[in-house]
Amino acid sequence: MIKSLDQLKTGEEGKLVSYNDGGSTELKRHLMGMGFVKGSKIQLKKIAPLGDPFEYKIKGYSICLRKEEARNIEVDVE
Amino acid sequence: MENIKIGLAGNPNVGKTTLFNNLTGLHQHVGNWPGKTVEQAAGHFVENGERIDVIDLPGNYALSAHSIEEIVSRDFIVDEDSDAIINVIDAANLERNLYLTVQMMELDANLGIALNMNKLARKNGIDIDVDKLSELLGVPVVQIEANSDIGHNDLMKMIKDLKDHPIESKRKLVYGEELKEHLGDLAKLISKDNNLLDVSPYWTAIKLLEDDEIVMDKVQQSSMSNPIFLEVRKVKNHLKDLYGVSAGEAIANARYAFIDGLIKECVQLPKNPKPTMTGKIDRIVTNRVLGIPIFLIIMYIVFQVTFTLGSPIQDWLDSIVTAIADGTVALIGENALSSLLADGVISGVGSVLSFIPQIVLLFLLLSILEDSGYLARAAFVMDKVMHKILGLHGKAFIPMILGFGCGVPGIMATRTLEHEEDRLVAMLLVPFMSCTARLPVYLLFVGIFFASSQANVIFSLYLLGVVVAIIVAAIIKKLFFKGVSTPFVMELPTYKIPTVKGVLMHTGEKTWGFVRKAGTIILAAAIIVWVLSYFPAGVDYGSQASYIGQLGTFIAPIFSPLGFGNWQASSALIFGMVAKEVIVATLTSVFGSFPGGATAGITAAFTPLTAYAFLVFCLLYIPCFAALGTIKQESNGWKWPAVMVCTCLITAYVVSFIVFRVGLLLGFH
Repeated sequence: MIKSLDQLKTGEEGKLVSYNDGGSTELKRHLMGMGFVKGSKIQLKKIAPLGDPFEYKIKGYSICLRKEEARNIEVDVE
Repeated sequence: MENIKIGLAGNPNVGKTTLFNNLTGLHQHVGNWPGKTVEQAAGHFVENGERIDVIDLPGNYALSAHSIEEIVSRDFIVDEDSDAIINVIDAANLERNLYLTVQMMELDANLGIALNMNKLARKNGIDIDVDKLSELLGVPVVQIEANSDIGHNDLMKMIKDLKDHPIESKRKLVYGEELKEHLGDLAKLISKDNNLLDVSPYWTAIKLLEDDEIVMDKVQQSSMSNPIFLEVRKVKNHLKDLYGVSAGEAIANARYAFIDGLIKECVQLPKNPKPTMTGKIDRIVTNRVLGIPIFLIIMYIVFQVTFTLGSPIQDWLDSIVTAIADGTVALIGENALSSLLADGVISGVGSVLSFIPQIVLLFLLLSILEDSGYLARAAFVMDKVMHKILGLHGKAFIPMILGFGCGVPGIMATRTLEHEEDRLVAMLLVPFMSCTARLPVYLLFVGIFFASSQANVIFSLYLLGVVVAIIVAAIIKKLFFKGVSTPFVMELPTYKIPTVKGVLMHTGEKTWGFVRKAGTIILAAAIIVWVLSYFPAGVDYGSQASYIGQLGTFIAPIFSPLGFGNWQASSALIFGMVAKEVIVATLTSVFGSFPGGATAGITAAFTPLTAYAFLVFCLLYIPCFAALGTIKQESNGWKWPAVMVCTCLITAYVVSFIVFRVGLLLGFH
């Protein structure tokens, strides 16, 4: 099932499928540098106490994104 | 013997700066990259009689034209006459770290890898075949522990070998047949113009496909620009048809595909990863329920240590400075020279000194928070609040909190923000937080006019400062940073125990920077104010007949619409620019000659409403010279202090005016 990254449940993992047209190219380039490329496994680890940002695990390390950034990335959840 | 010059490159949080500190010790100096606001740390050390110069490049994840930090790093690799680039890599995080490595290979840098934190990686069950990694990359790799001497000799040998026998690091880099062919064709075209050959044509080709603005501008100047751009468009369309993604994405995918291949060959990851120490700590520190209380407790400790522990030392320094000033007057008698020395120079030096205990304590704590990895967690926990209210990054919370103690350390703490825009906005907001120097002014007036509701009146001023900051933030963002919204893409690094050396060096360097740069401005301001108070010759110091009194009298009518158009208030405000608490001393001294003393004088000159309007003005108008000097130092120029002065004067005037007029309408007096 395809969903955007901000729709993952805690602990759920998906494989990156594509970027949708929401974010800027700058943001996309930055995210690609951080490992957000096609096929990368991304797991939602935690949501901040106030509901935003989100902490993800990707390529063995932890990174946080705001909802508005996570929304632009689509993943396939098995 | 010829010097060796190396650059240290790597991702943030990989121990690059730890290695730099460990290598160079005290032989380092921090300045700026020429023409940039990015900090440059350079140093040297001597190994076997050879001097090795080291430049600590900014921590980057990539080498695009994405940020000034990345541009600075790649310019160094391209332009500088360095002998080798040492890429520091976190062994536990090899995959992402290699993304930067690969980009330096594209540049064909004379590259060597220092694999760091191997112990931690092994503990987490990660097994790396270093020889194979080196062979497949075509780049030498050594294992080190940056916080100790482990691997030091191997590293030195690698540096020496790289200098004596430079390598072609792009040799083994392959990006699949399709891309390889296109890049080859493009590179051939680019090679036809000799002016473009100061850097590997493959790299130029890659950057053109990535829409890199700087490289595109450069190629634009070339005689070959038309055929090159035509080919670039063709390749882009072809890649889009083939893979359904942009050329930039196709290249990023190819880089990671190359890295994936390497990792599969050289790295054994644990089958069932054990929970790491960082994971365990984070279960508590960023917990849904405990996260915010823990953050607040840590902030409380930072605040208390910085200001409560700092202020007795501050008072002690103050008393010494006063004693020296008194001693000077006693020694050379009361004349212009002794007054200049005592009231100008010594008190100016004193006010610079008085900030030092706070700055030292603050930076000790901040370095510990930052180096340990907690600062990123604090930003994670508080980001929603800061983003929603001020449009700022979560890390901006700390400068704001510190601003309630003193603006100077608050402004200096904005350094922890990565993006320049965030840093500048935060810097401009800190002075609106009601600092402790304003408290004596509040206390003087509430004691006289609002004896029955002191706490409420003071609290209302603190609150007003915060509210005004929120409004000003929105306006500044509109005026200066239109459409700039910095994304919140932040790594949560693994927790580390900060090294004593690192923390002390960081603190020492920041404190010295303050004394040298902001200190000179504060001192100069103190001397100017002395001149204005002492002359024309023969008048009483700071009286109505002095220049400052005349100036006060001259500008007093400006404040009539706000209700406090008397010369005493105006002069006090001018003095208050040196430091806000000086307002109290000035008012008590200029009203001192009043029958019945200063209190009677103030009671006669102000009403409760005009007193409140005056306090509002004191809260919001120009931050003291120390804060302005610090803003100048941190923002690298006079533009932002000037913006600050204008913003504050306008805000203070408007808000005081509203307070006074609305108060009158509501029947207060």
